[in-house]
Amino acid sequence: MKQPTASPVERLAVRSEAAVARVRKLRESPIPVIEVGAATCGRAAGALETITGFEQALADNGVEAEIRRVGCLGHCYAEPLVTIRYPGFPPLLYQKIGAGEAGILVRSFLKDGSDPCYEYLIGALEPDENFPTLMDYPRYLFEKRVVMEHCGLIDPEDIDHYLAVGGYRALAAGLEKSGEWVLEEVKAANLRGRGGAGFPAGRKWEIARAVDRNPKLVICNGDEGDPGAYMDRTLLESNPHQVLEGLALAALAVGAPSALLYIRAEYPLAVEIMEHAIAAAERENLLGDDIMGSGVSLEVSVFKGSGAFVCGEETALIQSLEGRRGMPQPRPPYPAVAGLNDLPTVINNVKTLSTVPSIIRNGHQWFTGIGTEHSPGTAIFSVVGEVEYPGLVEVPMGATLEHLVFDVCGGIKDGKALKAVQIGGPSGGCLPASLLETEIDFDSLKKVGAMMGSGGLVVMNEDTCMVEVARYFTDFTQGESCGKCTYCRIGTHHLREILQSITVGEGRLEELDDLEEISRAVIRGSLCSLGKTAPNPVLTTLRFFKDEYLAHLEEKRCPARMCRSLIAYYIDLEACARGCDACVACCPTEAIFTTSNRKKAIDQEKCVKCGECVYACPPEYDAVRRVSPPGLIPDQGIEPLPADDKDEA
Amino acid sequence: MLEQLLAGLEPSERAAIDDEELQILKDVEAEMPVFAAERSQLLPILQHIQGRHGYLPKLALQMVADYLGVTIGKVYGIATFYNQFKFNPPGRNPIKVCLGTACHVKGGEIILENFERRLEITEGQTSPDREYSLERVACIGCCALAPAVVVGDKVEAYVTPSKVEGIITEIEVRKAMAAREQERNEAANG
Repeated sequence: MKQPTASPVERLAVRSEAAVARVRKLRESPIPVIEVGAATCGRAAGALETITGFEQALADNGVEAEIRRVGCLGHCYAEPLVTIRYPGFPPLLYQKIGAGEAGILVRSFLKDGSDPCYEYLIGALEPDENFPTLMDYPRYLFEKRVVMEHCGLIDPEDIDHYLAVGGYRALAAGLEKSGEWVLEEVKAANLRGRGGAGFPAGRKWEIARAVDRNPKLVICNGDEGDPGAYMDRTLLESNPHQVLEGLALAALAVGAPSALLYIRAEYPLAVEIMEHAIAAAERENLLGDDIMGSGVSLEVSVFKGSGAFVCGEETALIQSLEGRRGMPQPRPPYPAVAGLNDLPTVINNVKTLSTVPSIIRNGHQWFTGIGTEHSPGTAIFSVVGEVEYPGLVEVPMGATLEHLVFDVCGGIKDGKALKAVQIGGPSGGCLPASLLETEIDFDSLKKVGAMMGSGGLVVMNEDTCMVEVARYFTDFTQGESCGKCTYCRIGTHHLREILQSITVGEGRLEELDDLEEISRAVIRGSLCSLGKTAPNPVLTTLRFFKDEYLAHLEEKRCPARMCRSLIAYYIDLEACARGCDACVACCPTEAIFTTSNRKKAIDQEKCVKCGECVYACPPEYDAVRRVSPPGLIPDQGIEPLPADDKDEA
Repeated sequence: MLEQLLAGLEPSERAAIDDEELQILKDVEAEMPVFAAERSQLLPILQHIQGRHGYLPKLALQMVADYLGVTIGKVYGIATFYNQFKFNPPGRNPIKVCLGTACHVKGGEIILENFERRLEITEGQTSPDREYSLERVACIGCCALAPAVVVGDKVEAYVTPSKVEGIITEIEVRKAMAAREQERNEAANG
């Protein structure tokens, strides 16, 4: 069926050239272009209000400019992010642009190009003499962006943007050569599955390809459920065509005529953008029937996951596709041999598939040159919690945790001390500061009891209680346990109950041994990795932070002063200012009253320990104290102001 | 299908169905044939009903079961397995408090408590006037903006107990403004 006129590569070259020309024309347009990062996180920070602000200000000032929505750069701390392309200036990236700042940018800069508003500027996207460039910042300098290279810089809803940066070239090359060639390249690159377990993708494809039963199916696993990780969503929302190209290459390598994107229903924007991208790619004949005249066809559809953490597990995901409860099944047979409807089914994570096009484009030697010997390539982490610059970070495998937290993400906020790094979500573990030299790759992390997992990384400072963190994760896995295996179902329940009792100060010392014993039983007695890894947070905190458990048990004290049953707030009368009412208004339970000397005090009966008064108290007084155990509140001889005085107060 | 189902109910059960629920059931009956009567369509069908009406009425589950030729027990068992499905009508202002890791560390639990106290309902409930519903969600993927809350479709970042108060006040003020507007329009038209 091959058309004699032009090969896929030739056809794509013609199309790409047109895309390059169109995108260049857009970028070099005589009127300024405003690009607003409007993925889910940008929207949460107010990107849609920013867009309205720009529209309003442009109209009010009679300025002509084009507003475009782009994806997410991963710099969540600086949202909403705006890039302005003004003729005669390099493209400039601005941070924290709300509707008000949008108005200022229009009046000072976009109107006549007089003042590029340095106060909101991060830097120029391209090297320039007059502006600092992004490469001058540690964040950009240390990152190695392979998968996220174009995120936030291209319009996810305009296929020309992806084509203009070399998009679908890998697919064209694959179609021109063969599926075997794609398979061999990915195998030689030793691309390991980015979903957490690290199984080589090429090996998975090979198994499915070798099975003599058809039709085969390739599934992109976008059921990202780890509470604290959101890079899959960002890749789906910010560069959907890269995912599709990877998916098409996987299908080609496996020999599958159809592919499926399994995306959480909680990610409505990702679903919308992917559906839009599939339609666009089909219109351009980059997907669908007889792709670029190669004779190869691929039908792609979206399935919305209904919100079950366990469905990230391959066999559970397949169960849910069949309209059942998402309960994992014993393996073997592996899905690659017998998956959906008993046919060979390859399931790859969004990050894995997004990496594939770059491997095919640049060759496997290029890929193995990045990262470590056994874990080549890059790792994407969502670094959140108490760091200065939280967000998505892509670094080469083998970088140390210390490098990631301190060099790339700017260290700990407010000059506090780092206590722990929670890595890998509910399946991972809490690593103490002493293990910061651990290299980030699949094997090193396993050795210290954590896991790569899906790439969630929560940085915790001295104010986070490790017992409480273990309780939180156990509570999560308990709720998400599908209930199939007794040890997972009941074991996690008991773990949670014990941890709960410790955090409220009712635990018993001998229960520490119970925690370990139950944990080991859950690991041994569970079928899937949800259960096998569920005790990791408990075991790692017990191993590295046993003193905190002991403080809770023996002294009824929470060293981090986080567990609310074990703390109390009081106002230091020495520091409190006469007549100041800042804390009174903020208290949600009206627990703060005026004392006889017209200062403030907290009624411990009414106090719910939300901590709001700590923030409300003006920094020059800083009078609210938090203590653990609650018995440490000093007797300050407080008496309420007599009722008849209150009118004057 | 719906008529038969209703005919088979006890009079008291029949009386418990209000107009709103009846309309939902009629919609379900009309839209069901869009989906193939196959087991693999179960989740898409449930998602469709949930997406359009905000919850899955019990009789709608029965209709889905009949359509696919499985028992209602099977359908209910599967629907309750997944977090997405709700079985009570949502409030006009659904509030979802994120309790993902980052939000939890930054006090998401306290935020949930403040909503519970302010709205006088507990997590998973809808206020009696159907104005608000409150639920906890595992992670909405806005970890760098923690603690986060979703009110309607809008994500609120860096929520504090005072901001909880502000969010509710804003809804109340908007409601009052809309009511005044309507009154004025009615006065102008009448």
